[in-house]
Amino acid sequence: MRAALALALHSVWNRRGTALLTACSIALSVALLWGVLQVREGARNGFAATVSGVDLIVGPRTGPLNLLLYSIFHAGEPTSSVSRASFELVARHPDVAWALPLALGDSHRGYRVLGTTPEYFLHYRYGRRQALVLAEGRAFAEHGELVIGASVARALGYRPGTEAVLAHGLGEGSFAEHEDRFRVVGVLAPTGTPLDRLILADLDDLAHLHGATQSASLTAFLVGMKERPTLLTMQRALNEYRGEALTAIIPGVALNDLWRLVGVADRAMLAIALCVLLAGLIGMTSTLLAALQARRRELAILRSVGARPLDLLGLLTLEAGTLSLAGALMGLLGGRLIIALLATPLESRLGLLLEPSLLDATSAAILCGVTAAGLLAGLLPGVSAYRRSLADGLSMRT
Amino acid sequence: MDEGAIEIRQLRFGWKPGECLLSIEAFTVGRGERVFLHGPSGSGKSSLLGLVGGVLLPQAGEVRVLGQAWGELPASRRDRFRGDHIGFLFQQFNLLPYLGLLDNVLLPVRYSRLRRQRCEEAPAIEAKRLLAALGLEGEALLSRPVAELSVGQQQRVAAARALLGRPELVVADEPTSALDEEAREAFLSLLMQRCRDSGAALLFVSHDRRLAEGFDREVALSALTAAPGGVQS
Repeated sequence: MRAALALALHSVWNRRGTALLTACSIALSVALLWGVLQVREGARNGFAATVSGVDLIVGPRTGPLNLLLYSIFHAGEPTSSVSRASFELVARHPDVAWALPLALGDSHRGYRVLGTTPEYFLHYRYGRRQALVLAEGRAFAEHGELVIGASVARALGYRPGTEAVLAHGLGEGSFAEHEDRFRVVGVLAPTGTPLDRLILADLDDLAHLHGATQSASLTAFLVGMKERPTLLTMQRALNEYRGEALTAIIPGVALNDLWRLVGVADRAMLAIALCVLLAGLIGMTSTLLAALQARRRELAILRSVGARPLDLLGLLTLEAGTLSLAGALMGLLGGRLIIALLATPLESRLGLLLEPSLLDATSAAILCGVTAAGLLAGLLPGVSAYRRSLADGLSMRT
Repeated sequence: MDEGAIEIRQLRFGWKPGECLLSIEAFTVGRGERVFLHGPSGSGKSSLLGLVGGVLLPQAGEVRVLGQAWGELPASRRDRFRGDHIGFLFQQFNLLPYLGLLDNVLLPVRYSRLRRQRCEEAPAIEAKRLLAALGLEGEALLSRPVAELSVGQQQRVAAARALLGRPELVVADEPTSALDEEAREAFLSLLMQRCRDSGAALLFVSHDRRLAEGFDREVALSALTAAPGGVQS
């Protein structure tokens, strides 16, 4: 076998032009596969990182996914609301560390406005329990003040000091613009979460627009417990609360459910990447098979010096394995290079958290899997060489 | 061990059952004997070489090399036996293009432990000695890619490979047909000398009877085979 491996390496090196192209096609497909796995991992992490440090999301009686979508992803419309009284009740509960009210319903040039309290900046966490950071300015504190997300600031070109008119309802040029002018006082640093596309304002400030001194109803509220063990008790108590029909969900659980729903697309991507890898391996096999015709003399020479047909099978299989291993290594290194170059824009713009380590289990699995698949694919030209050498023997017919 | 290098008895061979391309009543090459086998192209030479090399088996009769009948060995043992005891030399393109000159000569010892053991010194040194005896010397020449060698040089490299590790039998199939006349004679005399040195029997197959001079014996393939015409190469 050692003789065969040395021969295989020499033989591949001798055909390094074609070999490089073949290895490149495998490298590309490996890079794609690895990239898809990374993006998948990143998307899942980013998804799970949308909100952290929040123990419960409480809203009106509705489905958990629906509540998660409109309270955290700001997608879809809340169907009903929660009373301020219920919020106060929970907020004052001895086991509760903090509660943040959320009120959606206004917008500015297509961006949603979230009414909440300044404590939002204190308690809200995303990613790995990262706190919100203001890139510019400060949190809202007084009448008519806004804090905008990073994407809003970039898209509209707003900075602290810019004035904005809020509209009731959603969408660009929404009907019924409010009269009061608001002023941007702070811009959030990019988080890679839906928060980037949000405008934050004081809850009661927004209520003024609607002619009330204090908002009587909320879209939902977020709860942080003092002690984690009390979480389930609180969740059950809220779900069974008789004063109002409420839904309390644990964000992590609901995020998982949602991910399972979204995961179909990413399984499709994985399937495509695997197909591309298959195409790369088939390409390599056909290259080796095509070259075999020209190598019949070589096979006869090897037979004449005592190589068994099995040795020739081994030779061709090892060549395929060598090409696959080289391709996989190139692909994994190339993939890392590309992601290293793109990591920052990917994280801040798409919220994709990609941080590949130099050698992780995924890469090791790809490396072994692709090499094994290559060896397996090499059996085809290998068996062909075996059969040819049996038929040709020592004759040098070409 | 006074068996001949090659012994063929009542051999019948065809590619398909019932077909008979080659039929040889008896043919022997003694140990250390140098035999010139004359056969025009298309006279069944390739089949005969396959039979002598144990790559093909006859439908009837037997082929023995050094007393060992090929038919008595399982396929993988036949490959090892061939590598251990026979050096082959073909018409042209004898070398693997992806191996260096020296590695091409050393090819048999990759597969045959016996031939490695029979080298008096390290195989690489032995190979260089053989190459020098065949007129190939100098680091510059030895490090050249084999594709850049002249045909005559390539054939001498192939001869060194066939002789390395002292196989008892060297089988040469038209090794000079691609050489010009001068090179042909020089090559032939070198090959004969080296076979004499190592005590190897030489079966030299060619269509060119002018080369028969200097051999112990000349045999015509047509005199051996009683097969009806239409013999396949």
